Order: sequence, then C-alpha cells, then structure tokens
Amino acid sequence: MTAASDAVAWVLLIPICAAATLAALPGYRLTAGINILASLGTLLAALSLFVIERPQPGQYLLIDDLNIVFIVLNTFVGFTTSVFSASYIAHELETGRLTPGYLRFYHAMYQVMMFGMNLAFVSNNIGLMWVAVEIATLTTVLMVGIYRTHAALEAAWKYFILGSVGIALALFGTILVYMAALPVIGEGLDAMVWTVLISRAATFDPALLNVAFIFLLLGYGTKVGLAPLHAWLPDAHAEGPTPISAVLSGLLLNVALYAVLRFKILLAVNPDAISPGPLMVTMGLTSLLFAAFMLYRRRDIKRLFAYSSIEHMGIIVFAFGMGGPLANFAGLLHMVMHSLTKSGIFYAVGHITQVKGTQRIANIRGLTETHPALGWSLVIGVVAIAGLPPLGIFMSEFLIVSSTFARQPLLAIPLVFGLLLAFGALFLRLTSLAFGEPRGNAAPADASYLPMFAHFALVLTAGIYLPGPLVVWFQHVANLLG
Amino acid sequence: MHNLAFDIAHLLAGGLVLISFMMLYQDRLYALLNIFALHAVVLAASVAWQAFIQNAPHLYVTAAIALVFKAIVIPVALHRIIKQLGIHRDIETAVSIGPTMLAGMGLVALSMVLMLRVTGAADPLAREDLAFALSVVLLGLLVMVTRRNAVSQVVGFMSLENGLVLAATGAKGMPLVVEISVAFSILIAFIVIGVFLFRIRERFDTVDVGALDEFRGERR
Repeated sequence: MTAASDAVAWVLLIPICAAATLAALPGYRLTAGINILASLGTLLAALSLFVIERPQPGQYLLIDDLNIVFIVLNTFVGFTTSVFSASYIAHELETGRLTPGYLRFYHAMYQVMMFGMNLAFVSNNIGLMWVAVEIATLTTVLMVGIYRTHAALEAAWKYFILGSVGIALALFGTILVYMAALPVIGEGLDAMVWTVLISRAATFDPALLNVAFIFLLLGYGTKVGLAPLHAWLPDAHAEGPTPISAVLSGLLLNVALYAVLRFKILLAVNPDAISPGPLMVTMGLTSLLFAAFMLYRRRDIKRLFAYSSIEHMGIIVFAFGMGGPLANFAGLLHMVMHSLTKSGIFYAVGHITQVKGTQRIANIRGLTETHPALGWSLVIGVVAIAGLPPLGIFMSEFLIVSSTFARQPLLAIPLVFGLLLAFGALFLRLTSLAFGEPRGNAAPADASYLPMFAHFALVLTAGIYLPGPLVVWFQHVANLLG
Repeated sequence: MHNLAFDIAHLLAGGLVLISFMMLYQDRLYALLNIFALHAVVLAASVAWQAFIQNAPHLYVTAAIALVFKAIVIPVALHRIIKQLGIHRDIETAVSIGPTMLAGMGLVALSMVLMLRVTGAADPLAREDLAFALSVVLLGLLVMVTRRNAVSQVVGFMSLENGLVLAATGAKGMPLVVEISVAFSILIAFIVIGVFLFRIRERFDTVDVGALDEFRGERR
C-alpha cells in the first residue's frame, strides 16, 4: 500500500526535484546527464505502477487502468527525448544558438513540463488537472520562445494567447461541472473529485453538464490542436527547439486529449446528457481534412510534420467520438503509435535540420545519399506516419476505418479521403527530401540514433505483433471509455 | 437581509459587465488601463461581498489579490512599460467600435439566454453570477480579437480572467478558488514580464496564421 503511493509520489517528485537541481547547476555535460537520469528514474517509477498494488483513489490523486497507459507512454517518450535532446543541444551550443544560461533554463523547464504532464495524468481532481495542464502549457510556451528570434517570439506569443484562451474556457467548463455536481454532492472538495463525480453523475443536471462539456471540449480541444483552434500548433512546432516539437506532438497533445476523454466518460454516465460523440466526430473530421489539405502547401519541414500531428489528432478524436469497444481500442492504439512515430520523426528531423542548417524543404534533398541513417529513418518514419503496412499506424488506421465502415459508412468516405490526401502530400514531400540529387551540406551528422531507432522498432513490432496482455489491457480500457 | 445580499451581488456583477463594455470603446492605451483597474476594483468588491455572504473567509484572499495585484501592480507596471518601450498610445482596432459594441451586446444576450436556461435548478444568486461571468468572459475574448497590439490583448485576457474569478466565487463553496486565482496571477505576471523582456511592441499585429506564414515565406 505504501509502496504504491510511493511510486505515484516518485513519478511527481523526481521531475520536480530534478528541475530544482538543474536550475542551479551549470555545465552542459552534467546537466544533460542529470536530465537523462531523472527522466529514466521517472520512467522506472511509472513502470513500477504496473506491478504494485494500486493506491485507493484519494481526493487529489488517482491511478487507474486508463491513466497508466498515458503515464507510461509519457515518461517513455520523455526519456528518449531527453537522450535525443542531449546531442541536439550540444550542437545548438556549438553553433551559439543557445547560451549556457538558457541551457540551464531549458533543462529545468523540461523537467517542470514533465512534472506538469504527469500531474495532469494522475490527478483525480478536475481543478488540479486544470492547474497541471496550465503548468505544462506555460513551460512549453517558454521553451518555444527560447531562441528569441522574431519568429520564435511571435510563435510563443500566439501559442500563449490561444493557449490562455483555451485554458480559460476549460476553467469555465470545470466551474460548470462543479455547479452541476453541487446540488447532488454538496459543497466542498468532493464535488471536484473525479471518482466521486463519476459515481453520482447520473443524477446531475444534464443541461448544465452539456454546456460544461462544450466549454471543456473547446478549451482542451485548443490544446489538442483541433481545427479551427489549431492556429498555434504549427508555429510552436516550427520555431521551438526540435526536442520540444517532439514532446509537443508526442505528449502535450495527449495530455489535453486525456482531459477531454475524462469528461467524455463523465458525460456518458448521465443518460439525459447529449452524447459527446457527434461533436468529437465533427471536430476530428474537420481537423483531419483541413490538415490534409494544408500539408500540400508546406515549405518548412517541421511545419509539415506539425500539420501531420493535427491530422492524426483529428483521427484519434474521431475514433474516440465514434466510441464503442473497437473504435476506442483503435483510437488508443493510434494515439500510442502516433506519439512514438511522430517523436521519432522529429528526432530525425532535428538532426537533419542541424546538418543542413535549414528547415526549408526545398533546400534539403537526397538525404539517403548524403546521410543514409538519417535519410532512411525519415523514410521509415514517413512510411509509418502515412499509414503503410507493416507498421503500427497502418493497423490502427485500418481498425478505425473498418469500424467506421461497419457502423457509419457515410462517415468513412471523408475519413478515407482525408487519409489518402495526407498520404499523397507526405509522399510528395518525402521523395524530394530523401531521394534525388543531394543538395546542401553533406558533412556527417553527429547524431544519437538510438532513441529514433528504438521508437521505430517499437512501431514496427506493434505493426507485426501486439503482445496478448497489451491487447487485453487496451480492450479493457476501451470498454471503460464507453 | 437575503434580498439585500442578492441585490448587492447582482449590482457588482452587473457593474463588471458594464465596465467590460467600457473597455470595448477605448481608443487610448492609458484609458484602457485605467478602466481595467476599475474592473479589478469592482471584481475585488464583488469577491469580498461573496466572501461575506457565503461566510467563506478564504475568498478574502482572492479579493485581496484582485485588489493589490490586478488593480494596482499590473496597471502601474503596464503604464511604465508603455512609457519605457515607447509604445503607440493609440489602440489599433481590427473592427471599428460600432460593430464591436453590437457584437458585445449580442454576446451578452447569448450568455444570458444560455446560462439562465441551463441553470434553472441552481440557486438564483449563482445563476445570475454565472450568466454575468460568462458575459465578462466573452467580452474579454472580444477585446482580444478586436485589438491588434500586445498590451491591449493582455488587458483583454485579464478582463476575461476576472470573469472566471467571478464565476468561481459565485459557485458556492468551490474549492481551489484561491489556488486558481494565484495560478492565474502568476500566468499574468509571466505575460507582463514577457511583454517587457521581449520588447513586444506592435510587432504582433494579429493572432492570425496568415501573417506568420507570410513572414516565414510559406505563402507566396
């Protein structure tokens, strides 16, 4: 019992202590090392949640089958990104884009961000969850603007303003949920505790709950990057350091998605409330189609993959909006696969832009000739993200499409259309990036390939063979999601 | 007593909505800041009144934060920033004042219709409070989208946040209100420091994707 609550505490304590230490320590080698160690420690603490007995849900913290998936994914990508970040940042220091003072700030913020995201996952209190999402957002805003170029500041500002509006709407939604719970549960902290809310939600006032969900969907949906509230996302991805692009796409979007899912479950319990499905399906499809069209006009490589993130978040929200065991299973799988693949792609892109010294797609050509390891990794990554077999995303997309065909054939048409559009755009860009006459700097890259390869290996393995226990776990969670 | 309590709470919350409207037609930055300070003072009074009638002493902390931080510290700091950075004192608006006011009225009507309809079962004081709070939030959003320079966007955001504090204090016995208002104050401090440190002047013309795409040479 105590070991269990200890494990939860470690998931939160390691990042926050590491952040304090990193803020105080100078020196690149030491701090990058500590950053990796702390992320590894958090990952181990998260993994231990699988084996130990669960603590009873308290007024603030909760561990259940749903959030363990998110926490482990979060800490795993957090760890690999810290490894990637060490070699990436070394190069940035050499070229003078980052000064040692900013480096210290960067590492401390990285750990605070991990803390915020983990706190959002383990919180059992909708108020606390809101605060945690806010912390995670704020730190990423600061890191997006860290290069202090005109474009970076503008991106950070736009992210900041849109993100603030998002969290403001989410807070209003949270207050409304509390108001709905007030007559049933009574005043005080209990009316914000998720496990209490869910047990009594059937008797809440449905009208209030409906309005609350709309605010929450718009508010947290801004963070998920759903169109038409996505405007911050491409700029934030393109202008910040690439490790931050990787965690933004791979993790922060999931945090907001997780918040939406929690409230979706809450609404599903109340028989008289609107069904959240159609709203989520609409927003998901809009994002998918919009992003698929936007992919064709990109000239910046990081922007290209940022739009691809909007596309995939659209697919995931669509899948959860469809609901039912199969679509939820597929959505969950797709979320995990997308996180792994997209952060892997950003690792490759990070090294590529450093070697070539540019983010413009037109200036990067023939990567497979000049940098075979990076070039072919990018090819694998794009093949994976476009949804080709035998990689993991193919399977999850296949499941989503087939379950849509079975239940709402008409919705499958725009879905497949969007997927094909995105597929075309990505391959159009990939051929010019990876093949053809080499262009730009051909100096060998000083890169850490391990995180990238690890991610792609996992995605490939998942595409060929999903371990039985994992399938059972995901099926169980899919049933929870309703 | 009960009726008086209700009337005063109603008066203060309604006052906030009116002051939000006043923000909509300001065309000078200093005037906008003064109006915002007034907004914060009325908010502080409203929160303090809620603390009194709900018998919730912790809400006095929120009221004090609103009074000291938002009504005094932030406006003074922004005054100095405007002077030091030499920001244009005129506010460039994206939409002219007439349509903005009409849109504002529409938003207030919308929030009244929406909130009063869905909160039928709630206690009347909380109902009115919530409806007014949503109006203030939406008017704050309107200020943010119709203004083009960074400082007035920040002011718009702060008035939006005042609306949220009003909603949170109106919801009887809501926990974490103080924590949330502190978190928001930190957020705002960050923004204001950001404006100053990064020397943000009028460079942020718009929160529209188009401008940045053009800047990055994406669109041509």
